[in-house]
Amino acid sequence: MNKPKFQKRSLFMIAYVVFALLPIYWMVNMSFKTNNEILAGFSLFPQHFTWDNYKTILTDPAWYSGYINSLIYVGINTVISLTVALPAAYAFSRYSFLGDKHVFFWLLTNRMTPPAVFLLPFFQLYTSVGLMDTHIAVALVHLLFNVPLAVWILEGFMSGIPREIDETAYIDGYSFPRFFLTIYLPLIKAGVGVAAFFCFMFSWVELLLARTLTSVNAKPIAATMTRTVSASGMDWATLAAAGVLTIVPGAIVIWFVRNYIAKGFAMGRV
Amino acid sequence: MSTTTKPVNQKAWFLILPMLICVAFSAILPLMVVVNYSVQDIISPERRVFVGTEWFAAIMRDEELHGALFRQLTYSFSVLAVELPLGILLALAMPAQGWRSSAVLVIVSLSLLIPWNVVGTIWQIFGRTDIGLMGAALLGLGIDYSYTGNPVHAWLTVLLMDVWHWTPLVALLGYAGLRSIPDAYYQAASIDGASKLDVFWYVQLPKMRGVLMIAVLLRFMDSFMIYTEPFVLTGGGPGNSTTFLSQFLTQKAVGQFDLGPAAAFSLIYFLIILLMCFILYNWMQRVGTQEKEGGHE
Repeated sequence: MNKPKFQKRSLFMIAYVVFALLPIYWMVNMSFKTNNEILAGFSLFPQHFTWDNYKTILTDPAWYSGYINSLIYVGINTVISLTVALPAAYAFSRYSFLGDKHVFFWLLTNRMTPPAVFLLPFFQLYTSVGLMDTHIAVALVHLLFNVPLAVWILEGFMSGIPREIDETAYIDGYSFPRFFLTIYLPLIKAGVGVAAFFCFMFSWVELLLARTLTSVNAKPIAATMTRTVSASGMDWATLAAAGVLTIVPGAIVIWFVRNYIAKGFAMGRV
Repeated sequence: MSTTTKPVNQKAWFLILPMLICVAFSAILPLMVVVNYSVQDIISPERRVFVGTEWFAAIMRDEELHGALFRQLTYSFSVLAVELPLGILLALAMPAQGWRSSAVLVIVSLSLLIPWNVVGTIWQIFGRTDIGLMGAALLGLGIDYSYTGNPVHAWLTVLLMDVWHWTPLVALLGYAGLRSIPDAYYQAASIDGASKLDVFWYVQLPKMRGVLMIAVLLRFMDSFMIYTEPFVLTGGGPGNSTTFLSQFLTQKAVGQFDLGPAAAFSLIYFLIILLMCFILYNWMQRVGTQEKEGGHE
């Protein structure tokens, strides 16, 4: 590798990293200021450093329950998505059957549907079955875009596993469930990790559906944040602190799967 | 799906059955409801009149919708035009190994993990000229910047926000594609005396085609459905300058409670996305095979 080329490349990389981090830095910066300081004027660093905004969020149930609600429905959704996507992805990667290609394409079209299209039917459907404002309602609705994605990713990983492994196991007398759980699943651990990460991420960041289907008991943190306009104007400082805290769970998850993410996309589809 | 021969086994349907039930519950049922509404005038829950294709005709003639659709198309193609090259460049620049690779991966992915309305909120503050870094910096450069007052500035800010938010997705996909190229390809290229540009054009780009196609489709679909970020940042304004299709639809369905027209619009919206994805997919497939033939010459 010639030297000048390498430096140009690094410069570009550093420039992008700065671009990526500046808006986030600005929010972190604000979360350590008081409201007065934020509105008083422009400053690159907090002049009167304070933890108060974080204390407000972590002690006020109206705030921290939002995080708990979000984590609950995201968790339920990830578990259901993976449970139904695993056997389906196995079927798609191992067998051909009547209508398999059509079903696969139909699955992907669900990923293309704007959530706004289904807003109203979801609202009425869940009102009529009495599931409004429950965690399970949001979890079920998010299946719409998470299951297709999970099947897509898992299918890629599974196609990378040679079929001889299945056949050997059947000859050795393994039943399908036992083979799947004790032999196959450990082989595609990385794929399950990546699929779980993407389910987590897309459910965590979605707001429109989650907000429409909840009011009090299952209100997600993202919706809590949209309602911080009080009589005294926007509570920017608390808002910034809440925003910083919404990044934390995702950052933790990504740290665990960072080595697999890139692979997850590439497997079987390059 | 791979095209290698797989054993035919109709019992595989039992394996996809749980998935089908789940998705059907959250996709087919609502879709049927939408179709049902789209042909009725719902005056109240008890009084509804069958109107046939009237709503569809009305929606197709709606001037406001034409405006929103035009803005949406311009926006989606601008998003692709900026994010695709930038993402590929980024993928090429990302370090391949070591702690720097991990660090860059995490930093780059960070923006994808922020809830969409928080993204809007961040940029709302970031762009303010009195207390935001970007706004203040632009003002300092002598630009009379205001994303709430100037339609062009608002549009550009929404675009910049999208670039910040989603370029990492393209970069991650491209990075995954690059990592899967065997070293032998690079060695062969260097024996042939290929320049960096040749390597990119004949080795890296064709090898990235599969993942880049996913990137283009995902970015196209998602930018076409964009709602939360511009809603939080600009609320669709100033005027109509950043009112995209999703927001137009939500205004109709939830704001004015026009169930019939909203449902008809939903179906048209869905069909547009399906059609565009289909065209993009087939076009890229063709471009890809031509490139491959070129590479073998």
